[in-house]
Amino acid sequence: MTEQGNILGIPILSLITFLPLVGVVLLLLVGRERVRVIRNLAFLVSLASFAASLLLPLYYDRSTAAVQFVERLNWIPTIGVTYFFGLDGISLWLVMLTTFLSPIAVLCSYESIKHRTKEFYIFLLILETGMLGVFVALDFFLFYVFWEVMLVPMYFLIGVWGSDRRLYSAIKFFLYTLFGSVIMLLGILAVYFYAGGQTGRYTFDVLQLMRVAYPNAPVINFLGVALSFQDLVWLAFALSFAIKVPMFPFHTWLPDAHTDAPTAGSVILAGVLLKMGTYGFIRFNLPMFPEASQHFVPLIFVLSIIAIIYGAMVCMVQPDMKRLIAYSSVSHMGFVMLGMFAFNPQGVQGSILQMINHGLSTGGLFLVVGLIYDRRHTRLISELGGISRPMPVYATLFAIIMFASMGLPGLNGFIGEFLILIGAFQVRWWWGAFAVTGIILGAAYMLWLYQRTMFGEVTKEENKSLPDLDAREMATLLPIIAFCFWIGLYPAPFLKAMEASVANVIQIVEKGAAGKAVGAKQAAATGQVGNPVIAKVPDRQVANLGSRLAALDSKGSR
Amino acid sequence: MVRQAAAPARALAFSGLHVVDNYANFFKVVFLLSAIIVILLSARTLQEQEMPVGEFNALLLFATLGTMLMASAADLLSLFVGLETMAVCTYVLCGFLKRDQRCNEGALKYLLMGAFSTGVVLYGMVLLYGFAGSTNLEAIARTIGMGTFRNPALLMAMVLLAAGFGFKIAAVPFHMYLPDMYEGAPTPVVAFMAGAAELAGLAVLVRVFLLAMPGLQVDWGLLFWVLAVLTMTIGNLVAIAQANIKRMLAYSTIAHMGYLLIGPVVGSQLGVAAVLFYSLVYACMTIGAFGMVILLARGTVRGDQIDDFTGLAQRSPLAAAIMLLFLLSLTGIPPTAGFVGKFYLFAAAVDAGYIWLVLIAVINSAISLFYYMRVVMVMYMRDLPPQGIVLSRSPALYLALLLAAAATLLLGIFPGPVLEFAKASAAGIAG
Repeated sequence: MTEQGNILGIPILSLITFLPLVGVVLLLLVGRERVRVIRNLAFLVSLASFAASLLLPLYYDRSTAAVQFVERLNWIPTIGVTYFFGLDGISLWLVMLTTFLSPIAVLCSYESIKHRTKEFYIFLLILETGMLGVFVALDFFLFYVFWEVMLVPMYFLIGVWGSDRRLYSAIKFFLYTLFGSVIMLLGILAVYFYAGGQTGRYTFDVLQLMRVAYPNAPVINFLGVALSFQDLVWLAFALSFAIKVPMFPFHTWLPDAHTDAPTAGSVILAGVLLKMGTYGFIRFNLPMFPEASQHFVPLIFVLSIIAIIYGAMVCMVQPDMKRLIAYSSVSHMGFVMLGMFAFNPQGVQGSILQMINHGLSTGGLFLVVGLIYDRRHTRLISELGGISRPMPVYATLFAIIMFASMGLPGLNGFIGEFLILIGAFQVRWWWGAFAVTGIILGAAYMLWLYQRTMFGEVTKEENKSLPDLDAREMATLLPIIAFCFWIGLYPAPFLKAMEASVANVIQIVEKGAAGKAVGAKQAAATGQVGNPVIAKVPDRQVANLGSRLAALDSKGSR
Repeated sequence: MVRQAAAPARALAFSGLHVVDNYANFFKVVFLLSAIIVILLSARTLQEQEMPVGEFNALLLFATLGTMLMASAADLLSLFVGLETMAVCTYVLCGFLKRDQRCNEGALKYLLMGAFSTGVVLYGMVLLYGFAGSTNLEAIARTIGMGTFRNPALLMAMVLLAAGFGFKIAAVPFHMYLPDMYEGAPTPVVAFMAGAAELAGLAVLVRVFLLAMPGLQVDWGLLFWVLAVLTMTIGNLVAIAQANIKRMLAYSTIAHMGYLLIGPVVGSQLGVAAVLFYSLVYACMTIGAFGMVILLARGTVRGDQIDDFTGLAQRSPLAAAIMLLFLLSLTGIPPTAGFVGKFYLFAAAVDAGYIWLVLIAVINSAISLFYYMRVVMVMYMRDLPPQGIVLSRSPALYLALLLAAAATLLLGIFPGPVLEFAKASAAGIAG
């Protein structure tokens, strides 16, 4: 992976990432009783971040796998830490998803968060900065900082504004993910010192570390399985990411956290946080440890299939709507993992697209549940029934989002799942066959949920006079639905942007360590991180970049 | 020796008893910073508890002098003088609340254990002197460092010194006195103990073992490996069960001493640099946390129960945020200094190949999240009790807290220059 300069000439990624933090400072200046000002300010700031992020797909050079909009600064030169932001086809849409869902999360909290509003929006905005930082950071130290920073506001969102068992769920979420992250820290350090020893240059720069070939000869024998250095480090990273995804059997924090989080928390959790796990796999595990990734394909495959089928089956028996959707996430994220480890363009592209789709549709489903929770203060399916009569608009929007989640053709979920299945079938037909079972089960629990809550007679007296959605509430759902249709009907622009990066990752995995030998020497040869000025390469024309990269390719670099 | 020649700036005084090098200077900065913050912290407490201001400050400064002598000790004799200067002052300081039973109990325990450990250290020194014929650290290294000189009595000297210093830094299993002492002693004194006195023990431990007995690293490396693992694990596990925040912080201190012991186990320049950096960070964050206890203590309320923090976020968001910062730093969550410190420490250990040690340490730091977050939980997630919380009104205290908080945050975001200094300072101790 090469990198290219800042196409816009302004540090756009820093701007998008830290805009919410500026919002936090502004919020601190507002008195805590001025709720209206606070929430409008929070909304405007997150909207501004979204508006700024719209520049990214406009200026993104789709023809290359290079990292773009690069910003670099020396941060802690003693140990080779840089402030290094960059974007490629994998992170582009995840950044967009984050900036897109954040204003929605703010908007959906207008009425439902009634106490300690100022703190709530402060934590929500810090969370946004943390999430964006995770997707754009290309220095391991920086990545890890954002990765952990993000846990703190989420802990507060669940713990302070959550429901029933909020304290339990909050600490469970924090402990689980922290446990994973510290193991990843060990992996990061191992990679850092190994690569430093090989190249003579100690750095946390992810792109440099990716060029190094990590040894794949067995070093220890664990319960009859010979594991190499690559395998061990792969496992250290994978544990952290698997907890985040969450993959079976590390999923138990998810239903608790989702259920007890406030609506905005659930939307962000399902929409963005879970993607960090899958993003981590595709960003770090696959390109850095290609042999180990191939080695562990069966493991990932089995766990994914279990997640898909088990998650779906648990959904069937959930009496609580939020828990049901939480388990459906387990099932859907299983698809994402399955597609990714098919290592072919369809599978991986479908996997990335499905991350976005899941963010949209599951985020949307949590909004839908939140809307009914605001009205009835219950999430139990048995308390509802026949809601489509008092709330026809609500029922319609719910239906669309539900279809998107189920994977109905014409909506986004179909494209993602279809690509993943194509990818999976190409590798082993029975992978696909197992996965299809999940889709069928998915349709079953979703339709059954819809039937029990929306159709039939209105059984409860208090449900008869529920008010339908107002303009603000529709404004939270309609943008999501618009994107569901867009991706469902015309996914080409989304897929086109990720094509080059995906092809690059697949190529690395297929070539394995052999392909890296050349790169490692180059990593040693390439210069130190230059002088600490943001974006040394101003306003470069996109067309020139293409030719420059072609020239680089002909010299033998990737 | 070669490694001394590599040390950049170095001066000896008092016929080689006292050395001024960057290693000592770094620790002196830490101790002086701790002393300054503690004096600021103590202003109001002294007034409220009617403690004699003059004696308190004089003793505190003498104790600081002791810690600085320890950091600069190039000879077992000057080391012992510094150690006793520090120890005697802190014995008195710990028992400063004459009429408080818990205070007396803690002080007496500390005195007895302290005196005992001093005896143990002395015994170790005597044995060492017997072998080397000198009390100078480098001379000792020259005599016993050559060849494979492994005498059972020499190993005994090593073990005795490790045990004696282990008492001073409260390494498990020599930690028993610490929680009682922390619970009873006046909080500013406890802050000083954690932020200076124990770190001084660590400073001499690192210098004596790395400088005087490099030849025995195989042996004491293993010894400290075991001590480090025991100390961090037991410290963290027992901390979970505490309801009194001073006791909890006592066990947290123990746990942190366990992390810090990774430095001498590794013994490399990176390892010593990590110890230096983490000592500074640890002093700032732990004194800050004790400062918060002082902030809450007013009149009859001791403010030392975790439940006393209930609803603090609603009473004073700023105070709660500062406490949150200290707690996150103690846990090692970025962007705080505690994270960078741990990162550096663990990096040094991974570099030297101590993977299992780091694995245990990172799991421990995940465990520690549980009890630190319990304080956060009561501050943020419980409602303010009807009687409210009365906060101490002392500008000096506010200044001290802001200083500690600023250091904790800034060292987390811009650690570069200080890390550089720490690395340079470690050069004289480990090559």
